[in-house]
This record gives sequence, C-alpha cells and structure tokens, in this order.
Amino acid sequence: MHKINQLFQKDLKVINMGLESFYKDLKEQDVAVIHMNWRPRAGGNPKMIDLLNRLKSNK
Amino acid sequence: MIQYEIRKNAYYDSVTLMLISKEIKNIEGVGDAIVGMGTDLNKELTVNIGLKHTLLDAISPNDFYIAAEVDSDESMKEVIESVERLLTAKKTAAGSDYRPATLNSAVEHFKEANLVIVSIAGQYAEEEVLNALDHDLNVMLFSDNVSIEAELRMKQKAVSKELLMMGPDCGTAIINGIPLAFANVVKKGPIGVVGASGTGTQEVTALIDQLGSGCSQVIGTGGRDLKSEIGGLMMLQSIDALIEDPETKVIVLISKPPAPEVAEKILQKVKLTSKPVVVDFIGGNQETIKNAGAYACLTLEDTARKAVALANGMEPVDFIGFTEDESVIDELVQKSLEGIKPTQTNLRALYTGGTLADEAMKLLGNTFGGIYSNIPLSPEYELQNLNNLKGHVCLDLGEDQFTVGRPHPMIDPSTRTDRFKTDIDETVAVVLMDVVIGYGSHENPALEAAQSVNALRASYDEKFVVVASITGTEGDPQILSVSKATLEQEGILVLPSNAQAVRFVHKLLTALGGMKHA
Repeated sequence: MHKINQLFQKDLKVINMGLESFYKDLKEQDVAVIHMNWRPRAGGNPKMIDLLNRLKSNK
Repeated sequence: MIQYEIRKNAYYDSVTLMLISKEIKNIEGVGDAIVGMGTDLNKELTVNIGLKHTLLDAISPNDFYIAAEVDSDESMKEVIESVERLLTAKKTAAGSDYRPATLNSAVEHFKEANLVIVSIAGQYAEEEVLNALDHDLNVMLFSDNVSIEAELRMKQKAVSKELLMMGPDCGTAIINGIPLAFANVVKKGPIGVVGASGTGTQEVTALIDQLGSGCSQVIGTGGRDLKSEIGGLMMLQSIDALIEDPETKVIVLISKPPAPEVAEKILQKVKLTSKPVVVDFIGGNQETIKNAGAYACLTLEDTARKAVALANGMEPVDFIGFTEDESVIDELVQKSLEGIKPTQTNLRALYTGGTLADEAMKLLGNTFGGIYSNIPLSPEYELQNLNNLKGHVCLDLGEDQFTVGRPHPMIDPSTRTDRFKTDIDETVAVVLMDVVIGYGSHENPALEAAQSVNALRASYDEKFVVVASITGTEGDPQILSVSKATLEQEGILVLPSNAQAVRFVHKLLTALGGMKHA
C-alpha cells in the first residue's frame, strides 16, 4: 500500500515547526501535536551554516 | 526620537510579532514601530518606515528587537512593557508542553508523528523538509519564498518515498478530517480533493459541506505544482492516493490553468480511473478535460455542485445562476440601487483570497470595459499606482505589495479596513468582498468587515451597495450563520458563494448602465 494511503488510515500526529497559531488550532481540536522551539541554525548566519554543512559532509 | 530594544538570541514567530507591532502602534506617544526578528527583510522595513539607527547593523537574524519612534523615554518604557505583556500572554495561552529545538529531537520525543507543518522563513525550509522526508514524515510546507529548484528537489524526494510534500506556499489541507493551516471544518464524506490554490480549495470544500456532502481528504500541492518545472509531481502522486483510497468515490482537481504538457499528463492519469473526476482548471481549456472523460467546471461553486451530484449518483449539470429564484434576485438588484446617484458607477472589489479575486474578474469578463487590478487578467489593466484608483477595481489584498511587515489579510483584516478608507470614493456604487472563515483565519472577520462598512457609511454621504460571500461552514469556529448575520446586520448583501456574489454584482453594474472605462 502506498505510504500516503497508510497515513489516511492513521490518526494524524503532527510536529509543528514555525507559526504557533497552527499548533494552537490543532491542540484545540484535540489533535496530537507538538510545537518546536525552532530557530535558524547558527543564528541564521550564512557563513556559519556553510561551515557546518562542510563539517557534516566531511564526517 | 527613535529608540531600540534588542534581545540577543530570543526567537518568536513572525505572525505573533507582526500582530504585536500593530498593537503597540496604538500606544499614545508612539509613532511608527516594529517588533521583529533581525532578518534582512525586517531590517529593510525598519529603514523604509524611517526607523534607521546605527544599532540596526549589529542585529542578527537570531535577535529579537523593537524599534519605535517615541516622544519620550516613558513612552518607550511603555512599549517594552506592552511587548513583554503581549508575549507572555501568548506564551501562557499556548501552555508549557515540551518544545524540541530540532526536528531530530522532535522525532525522538514523538516517534508516532506522521506529518510536519513547516512555516518557518523560506530560506531555511528546504533543509528541514528534506530531513523530515528522510524521517518518513509527510510534509505540509506553508512557507513561501522557496525557489522552484528547491521545490523540485523536495518533491522528487517525496515522490521517491511515496510521501506527501504539500507546498511550498500551501495554505490549505484537510487530512483525515483535520483542517490544517487555513482550512474549514468540513464533514467527512466521499469527495477527495487535490488543490493547487488555497482559497479556491477552501471555497470548493466549504460549499461541498454546505451542500450536505463531505470530503475524504483534501490535499494541497502549492501553486506552482502544475508548472512545467515541477510537472505536477504532487498532484499526480495525490491522484494515485485518492484512486487507491476506498473512502474516496469522487475526485476533484483544482488549479489555475496548468502548463499544457502538465495538463496532458494529469488528464492521462484521470483516464485511468473508473472514479468520476471533476476538474476546475480555473478559466482553462474545457474541451481537453471533457475529452479525458472528466467533468469540466465553470466556477468553484459549479465544481462543488458537480462533485456533490456525482457523489449522490446524479448526473451533474452546469450551475450558472442563483440559489434564489431569479425574479427575487432582480427585485433585490432594483431595491439595492435605490438612492445611488448617476455619477456613482464604479466597482471596488476588495478580496483577501487571491483565487476568489481571480474568479471575480473572470466572471465579470470584459462586459464593463475591463477591471483594474494588482493581479489583472491582461497587462493593460495592471494598476500602476495602488493609491490612485480609477474605474472598476478588484484587489487581491493577500499579494506581497499589501503584506510587507503585516500578516496576510485573512489573519489580520486591518489591511482591508485601511483600504476601505482609501479606496471608496464618490464614484463607487458597488463594493464586493469575500469573508473567509475557518481555522487559520481571524477570529471574527465578518465583524471586522461589518465595522469597516459601518465606519465608511458614517463618514460618507453617498449610499453604496455592499455585496459579500462567506467561505466557511457551520462547523467553523466563527460559524457560517453567525458570520452571515453579522454582515447582514450592517446591510451587507450576503450571497451563498463567490460566483453568485459576482453574478449579483454583474446584474448591479448592468442595471447601472453598462459603464465604459476602457
């Protein structure tokens, strides 16, 4: 069975990354959801992100 | 004087901060103000509204800052206190559940998770989405400002893993009966929808509910899915899933006109299923749809009606009229035009939903000599100056030029409230608008719209006709019937769909004497 069709048969369990209002709306509907305290990697500094990516690919 | 407050490494989401920005501008002694994260976009906006300061350069995207034009130190103190209070209020309301900082720790903590909603700044989205797909999670990507190359990479991965990757810029989905982001509470039922247009999908699914039927699944693809570069990857994948889904008896496809070769691919797939397929390629070629054995549609409402007819085992027919008897409608047209002066000839359509605005212009056509817009049907009607309107005008207030530094007007209707003040003049006879309710939307958009109309009527001698439609259901938090009553109390004529509201406006303009503004 297609994986999307497997999703259709399960209860929705959501990770919310970004706007908190989407999390609150789901919570209000009793949907299993967690909200991430997401923030840009390396403080959003493009140079640092590039360095981290290089470290990752050198692993 | 311009004052700043900077907090290093404090992160809040953009909509929360934009709403707070709006509130602190109301404090006495405060001129313009911005509360935001130190992104390039926010910093540029800060300069543009005249709050430039040497401190600005030192702020990074990970820093939270307040910049305000204040008349005294006390006013700034009050600003800071208000922001603190508003942030604390929002935090408390959200509870104190565990909040992982990375997707890996979120998955570790919540192993059963099967879908991620991503609404972070577009430049960070691809990395997070690819990681989510690697974790076998379906994705709804709400963020915009994602390149088409990144979209292709994400969708190719999703297809290879047989997962959903709805978006980017996907605002609407209903999965397993749960509305996600901007979506309505629609009854469960036999109609499966794949939509490349957010408000278009909302209008169709809300009307399906109002017509007594319901939806099995509503999958969003993002607006670019049917462009050549993406090739309809997510629509094709979603059609497969709906064909296989035993709950889905009728399939509905909604999109702006696709690239011809993509339309062909989609329609080839449509030919393969024995399930009836209803297709609304808004304003696109009807013949190719019919040749594929699918049902072509005239409007979003027509799409909903055809799908419901098929779900009920009936033969669908074109719906081009009104729910009410036409003689009642004509009487209403005459009655509402009483007191309109001969010099009042123009239409102002102020939309929060882009597809609804587009549908309005397509239905009004060229009968009235063209409609000026920020999303015009042809380039000669592109509005050059949004602050100097003439002739008939239809605005999509959700477009970028209206949303810099403020949330989408479906979340914060003040964009439309402001346009009401500037865009209605003595030449205007008819005002047309949409009111989109449901999850994601403002808590009471009908009241905001009614108050705008009330304020305008108080400050303005001319009488004018206000026509609206509501995209929503009885199950929505704002409740369709309550929203309708709110508008009607203000003398706003509420039609059952956008198509009918536009047809009503067509009759009004025709009765006013077929203006020529070309």
